[in-house]
Amino acid sequence: MLSIRQLGVSFTQYDQGLNQRQLTVITDLDLEVQAGEVVAVVGASGSGKSLLAHAVLGILPDNAQVTGSLRFKGQPLTPARCAQLRGQDIALIPQSVGYLDPLMKVGPQVRRVAQLGGLSKAAAQTAVGRTFNRYDLLPSTQGRYPFQISGGMARRVLVATAVVSQADLVIADEPTPGLHPEIATETLTHLRELADEGRGVMVITHDIEAALQIADRVAVFYAGTTVEIAAAADFPERLRHPYTQALWRSLPQNDFIPVPGHQPSPDQLPTGCLFSDRCPWFTPDCAAERPALRSVRGGLVRCIHAD
Amino acid sequence: MRLADLIRFAGSRLVRLGLLLMAVSVFTFVLISLSPISPVNAYVGADIMQIGPEQRQLIAERWGLDQPMIVRFWQWLRQFVQGNWGTSLIFNQPVLSVIGQRFQASLQMLAIAWLLSGLLGLGLGIFAGAYEGSWLDRGIRLYAYVLASAPTFWVALLLLIVFAVSLRIAPICCAAPPGTLAANVTLGQRLHHLLLPAITLSIIGIASIALHTRQKLIEVLHSDYVLFAKAQGESLAGIIRHHGLRNILLPAITLQFASLSELFGGAVLVEQVYAYPGLGEATVQAALRSDVPLLVGIVFFSALFVYTGNTLADFAYQVIDPRIRIGGER
Repeated sequence: MLSIRQLGVSFTQYDQGLNQRQLTVITDLDLEVQAGEVVAVVGASGSGKSLLAHAVLGILPDNAQVTGSLRFKGQPLTPARCAQLRGQDIALIPQSVGYLDPLMKVGPQVRRVAQLGGLSKAAAQTAVGRTFNRYDLLPSTQGRYPFQISGGMARRVLVATAVVSQADLVIADEPTPGLHPEIATETLTHLRELADEGRGVMVITHDIEAALQIADRVAVFYAGTTVEIAAAADFPERLRHPYTQALWRSLPQNDFIPVPGHQPSPDQLPTGCLFSDRCPWFTPDCAAERPALRSVRGGLVRCIHAD
Repeated sequence: MRLADLIRFAGSRLVRLGLLLMAVSVFTFVLISLSPISPVNAYVGADIMQIGPEQRQLIAERWGLDQPMIVRFWQWLRQFVQGNWGTSLIFNQPVLSVIGQRFQASLQMLAIAWLLSGLLGLGLGIFAGAYEGSWLDRGIRLYAYVLASAPTFWVALLLLIVFAVSLRIAPICCAAPPGTLAANVTLGQRLHHLLLPAITLSIIGIASIALHTRQKLIEVLHSDYVLFAKAQGESLAGIIRHHGLRNILLPAITLQFASLSELFGGAVLVEQVYAYPGLGEATVQAALRSDVPLLVGIVFFSALFVYTGNTLADFAYQVIDPRIRIGGER
């Protein structure tokens, strides 16, 4: 459904007067999302996860340049097609209640999403009623302002926006942080249901644990690129990339060993493998050039040493 | 907002108003007492040359001018609270009726200027904010900065020169054609005389409202909820209609009521240039010709007027913003 090849996103910035410089935040990013599956995009903050979502929706700031190929249902995603598809075929589930208009009641906001998705006003109202019912939101919730609803209700309202839009591809940006574990699981279950109904779901998160609860496949981001795409079943023994392995070991419930060093900043990317300066497998070959994404044991990995 | 909250709000505002007026009365009385205007001279007027020092002494004693300032203040305040604001020396009428007539004339001008500056300022601000960085935005900002830094009386004079002297489409002065009885002035004539002062006044008010609206709209357009609206496929026009207006309206209304004070100050200058017989012009007359009762009356009235504007702004906020209206109840 969604196919991303060698995506690059860079920003034009001004530093010191009129000197322009290019800041490359996403390089050679590859990702594939099929109908009916949940793909988790996992990475530390600053690895370009949210920007990926904005690039797919075509809502990057004006000073951003996009290279590479983005295809949706086989057709290239041009800016014009993005504008046409967003809200109709591609929907975003944002991070928090802060993405709802603070001065507009919840019901009319969700109804507006349904109308933008192509429904008439009456049909939109029916869809909102049905969807609120599905997510155990009382009809009176529609008359509430965002500041009046609880965190758990807010999550369900945000999921409801994606459902009423009738989109085929749903992108959930950080759906779980700051939530009570029960509510987090409930939200993740809702996302899984959306995929089981035939939609493609992309879950952007830094929480591998949460991602593995529902994902079919996991794409691991590092410094703006995909280092590995693994099946959820590959965790933890069959992981291919040293960064993915290190990330897994760093979790508190595993070995709790932090990955030494820092993610390189976008203006100081190494010429070779982006992970080379922190990698236990480092050899001089790694610094020569950026490794290509290659197929290893049914998954994809960007490492010359993986086998 | 519940009734109890409403009463508490009104109560606290009235207490503050009382304190404000008390402070204004003290300052006014002290300043006037220390001013070089002699009350006896001011009262007697041109006939002062015909009375000797003994008679002046008698008048001063009769009025209690030999008492200490604090005693005189209380005597004056008692009369003032009872509604005796004295008689205007220039107009030879009770101060309250002079203020009433003059304010009525000013009110029409203020109302037109207030509405015009509010609507045009809001409109220009929205355009500038929506197309931030474009030539339209730059044009509107240039206009706003130039007007915000131009002195009011100078703008008034320029408009007078262009529209009354060169183009001859506006009257040169006053609230009605000179020599016409007040009873014979038609509505059209009154409007004709009203329009140029009102437009001058509104041109000045537009600048600050447009700049504030622009800033607020830009803030809204960079918010997370607008990003989400874009992701839902909302167009720029849709974003402004469904989210922009809603979120800039509150600050705009506050600003609009708060601008009453600026408008009132501007009216003094504008009425002077156009010789428009409103409250502002009366203020200048009263000050220039030592009409102390009228001046004090106007000071009080303007304090009341500006305070009312600011209170309405606060009140509007409480009624309109659901976060305050409903949030306060819980």
